[in-house]
Amino acid sequence: MRASFVAGAALMVAVAALLPLGFVIWVAIQSGWDTIATLVFRPRVGELLVNTALLVVITVPLCAVLAVALAWLTERSDLPGARLWAWLAVAPLAVPAFVHSYAWITLVPGLYGLPGGVLVSVLAYFPFLYLPISATLRRLDPGIEDTAASLGLGPWAVFFRVVVPQLRLSVWGGGLLVGLHLLAEYGLYVMIRFDTFTTAIVDQFQSTYNGPAANMLAGVLVICCFALLGLEAGTRGKERYAHVGSGSARMQRPRALGRFTSICVLLPALVALLSLGVPMVTLARWLLAGGAKVWNLGVIGPAVAQTLGLALVGALLTTVIAVPMAWLSIRRPGRLQRLLESCNYMVGSLPGIVVALALVTITVRVALPIYQTAVTILVAYALMFLPRALVSLRAGIAQAPVELEQAARSLGRSPSQALWSVTLRLAAPGAAAAVALVFLGISNELTATLLLSPNGTQTLATAFWSLSSEIDYAGAAPYALIMVLLSLPLTWLLYLQSRRSAGQ
Amino acid sequence: MSLLDIRAVRKNYGRVAAIDGVSLSVSAGSRTAIVGPSGSGKTTLLRLLAGFEAPDVGQILLDGAVLADGVQSVPAHLRGIGYVPQDGALFPHLSVGENIGFGLPRNAPQRTARIAELLDMVSLDDALLNRRPHELSGGQQQRVALARALAQRPRLMLLDEPFSALDTGLRAATRKAVAQLLSGAGITTILVTHDQAEALSFADQVAVMRNGRLAQVGRPRDLYLRPLDPATASFLGEAMVFPARLSGGKAHCVLGEVAVDDVLRSGDVQIMLRPEQLHLDDVPGSDQGMEMSGNCCFGTVLDAEFCGPVSELTVGLVGDDARQTLRVSSPGVHTPAIGARVRIRVMGQAHVFA
Repeated sequence: MRASFVAGAALMVAVAALLPLGFVIWVAIQSGWDTIATLVFRPRVGELLVNTALLVVITVPLCAVLAVALAWLTERSDLPGARLWAWLAVAPLAVPAFVHSYAWITLVPGLYGLPGGVLVSVLAYFPFLYLPISATLRRLDPGIEDTAASLGLGPWAVFFRVVVPQLRLSVWGGGLLVGLHLLAEYGLYVMIRFDTFTTAIVDQFQSTYNGPAANMLAGVLVICCFALLGLEAGTRGKERYAHVGSGSARMQRPRALGRFTSICVLLPALVALLSLGVPMVTLARWLLAGGAKVWNLGVIGPAVAQTLGLALVGALLTTVIAVPMAWLSIRRPGRLQRLLESCNYMVGSLPGIVVALALVTITVRVALPIYQTAVTILVAYALMFLPRALVSLRAGIAQAPVELEQAARSLGRSPSQALWSVTLRLAAPGAAAAVALVFLGISNELTATLLLSPNGTQTLATAFWSLSSEIDYAGAAPYALIMVLLSLPLTWLLYLQSRRSAGQ
Repeated sequence: MSLLDIRAVRKNYGRVAAIDGVSLSVSAGSRTAIVGPSGSGKTTLLRLLAGFEAPDVGQILLDGAVLADGVQSVPAHLRGIGYVPQDGALFPHLSVGENIGFGLPRNAPQRTARIAELLDMVSLDDALLNRRPHELSGGQQQRVALARALAQRPRLMLLDEPFSALDTGLRAATRKAVAQLLSGAGITTILVTHDQAEALSFADQVAVMRNGRLAQVGRPRDLYLRPLDPATASFLGEAMVFPARLSGGKAHCVLGEVAVDDVLRSGDVQIMLRPEQLHLDDVPGSDQGMEMSGNCCFGTVLDAEFCGPVSELTVGLVGDDARQTLRVSSPGVHTPAIGARVRIRVMGQAHVFA
C-alpha cells in the first residue's frame, strides 16, 4: 500500500520531469518538416555544430588527461602536500564558470574563440573528472598491481595495462558530466566570445522572443545531449570494475617520486595557479580598483536575500520531490523504478536553457498566471537539479537498510516509530547533502534564471551578469566574491563525499 | 638441494620489526607452508620473496642468484616468481582467457593453445574462457589466478592465503588439487596461511612464524607431535601441558605413568599431550577401586560437546587436588553422558619440552 502510494508520487514527478522533452517533441511536430528543414539545415547551425563539437572533442580529453595525472600524483605517489593539492584540485568548482571567464578576459583581453573557450573550460570543469578518478584510484585493489608485476610487467606497463583500464568507468562518467556542462554553459562562452548552441539559443530568444528558431536550435541541442548520453552508454562497456573476490584490500603504498618530485609538484601548482590564482587575483584587483563604492549594499543586500530565498525554497522543494524516487530505487528496485529514474536523469542532463524555453512556452500557452513568477523559476530549478538531489538522497537512504527498520520493529517500535527513529535519522545526512548541493547549484545558476526570473528579481548571478555585460567589471566583483564564498562549502562537501565513498 | 635461500632477513615498518631476522631454505620441488597468527609477519615475508618490498637487511637467493641483498632488490617483474594472492586479484576488465594470457607475450607462438592448456591444467571448462571474473565462483577465480601464474612457468610459486575465501568443503578439495598440480609440474611452492590444519596437510615443510621470527621449522608431523615450546604446540592444535617427573623413560604426572618421546632425560619437565591421545572407557558400577593405578587414571565427564564425528569432552580428574581438567576428543559414536565416570588411558607418547 505504502509502496504503491510512493510509486504514484514518483511517477508524477517523472512525468513532470518529462515536460521539457515533451515540449521539444511537440514543437517539432507543430512546426512540421518544412519549417524544421529551413530552420535547421542552414550554414549557421552547421557552424554552431562544428564549434560545439570541437569544444567537446578537445576539452573532454584534455580534462581527462589532466585529471588522471593529478589524481595519480595526489593519491598514489609520495607528492609532498598531497592532501592540500587534492583539495586545491576540487576547489575550482567554487568559482562559477562565468566567473572563471570573467577573470581570464580581464586578465588577458586578447583571449577569445575556441582556444580561449577550451582553456577556461578545462580549468573550470576538470574537477568533475578529478573527483571520480581520484576516488577510484584510492579504492583500487593494490593486489592487482602486485600480481601484474609478478607476471613480468614493469611499472609503466602496469599503469597502462592494469590501472588505466580500471579508471574507464570514472573517466567515462566524469567525461559525460563535463560534456553536458560544456553543452549547457552560457555565460562562460559569451564572455570569451565563442558561439555555441546555448549562446545562440539565448541570442535568438532575446531577439525574437519565443520564436521557432530558438526552439529549433534547442531541439538540436537536445539531440546533441542525447548523442553524448548514448555515446557514453554505448562505449562504457558492461564490465563491473568492482573489486572481485572478498579478500581484504591491503593499504596501498605510495610510489616514491624520488628525483622527479620537484618536477611533479609543478603540475598541481600550475593548475592551482591558473584555476584558482587567476580568479582570486582578478577579483582582488577589481575589488581594490572599485574600492568602497562598488559595495552598494542597497542593491547587493536584496540580491543576496533573493538568491538565498530562491535557493533555499528551491533546494527544499527539489529534495522533497526527490524522496519518493530515491526511496523506490533503494527499497523497491525494479523495472518501473529504473524507467522513472532514467527519465529524471535524462531531463537533468538537459541544458538549463532548454528547460527554461520549455517552461516559458508552456506557461505562456496554458498557465499564464504563473508566467514570470517565482513558481516557474522554482519548477525549473527542481527539474534541473533533481538528479543531484537523487544521488545524495539515495546514498542517505542506503545508509538505512530495511533490516535495521525490521530490527526496530522486532524490538517493539510501530512502523512509523521505526521509520522515524531509524530510517530518517540515518538518512538525514544524505538529505542534508542533497539540500546543500541543490542550494549551491541554484545560487550560481545563470541561464534559466535570466530567462525565467520574475520582473524585478535580481540574483547574485544575474546581477553579476548585467554589470559585467556593461563592462562594469569592478561593480561585478562583489557579486562574484559572494558567489565564490557561498560555493566554497559545496566544494568541501564534494571533497568529503568523494573521500567517504572511498571508505576513508 | 635448496632452490630458495633466505638469509637473516629483516624488514622494519617505522620502528616495528615486521621481519626480525628470518633464515629459511626451501628445497627444489617441495611445498613449504609459512603459518602464523595475523600480524606475525608471514605475508610481509611473502611480499619480500615476490619482490613487492625490499628487505632492510639480509639476502634472498633463488637457485644461487641474488634476488635481494639488503635494500638492493630485483623488482617483482624481473623475478619470474609466480604469485597468487588471497582473493585471486583477477583483472576485472579482462576475460578469463585474457587474464590467463596476461603475462604471455601477444605474439607468443601457440598462445591460444597454451591458454587452453593452462585452463585444462586447473580443471576448468573451456566454456569459461570468455567469461568475466565476476561471473565465476570463488573457487573458479582462484583456479584462474593459479593458471595465470602458471603461464610464466615459474620455478617458485607463492600462494598468499589463496584458500581462505573459499567455504569449508571447497577449500579442502581446492587445496588438494592445487598441491597435486604443483607437485606434478615440479614447481616449488610456498604457502602462507593462518590455518594450521591447512599448513600441516599441504606442506612437506612447515615454518611457524611468530612476532616476525620463525619459531620452528620442520616436517608437519614433527612440528605437531614434537613442538619446541608450548606456544607452538598450542598454535598448531589443542595441547595439554602438564608438569611431570621423568625417570626410567617414563613420565609421572596427574595421569599416572605415561610413555614419553625422550627416554634419556630425567628430572622435572613439562610434557604435552594432544586431546586425541586420551582414550576414555566407561566405568560401570560403583566408585570402588578408582584410585590412580599404573598407567591409567579415572575422571568425571564435566561437559560434552557433540560435533558429529568427534565429541569434545571436558573431564575432571578424580582425586586431583589441582582440579585440572582435560580436553578429550572422543569418537562421536561414543559420547559418555555428563557426570559419567570414565577411565582415562593415554595412547602413544607424551612430548617432553626441552
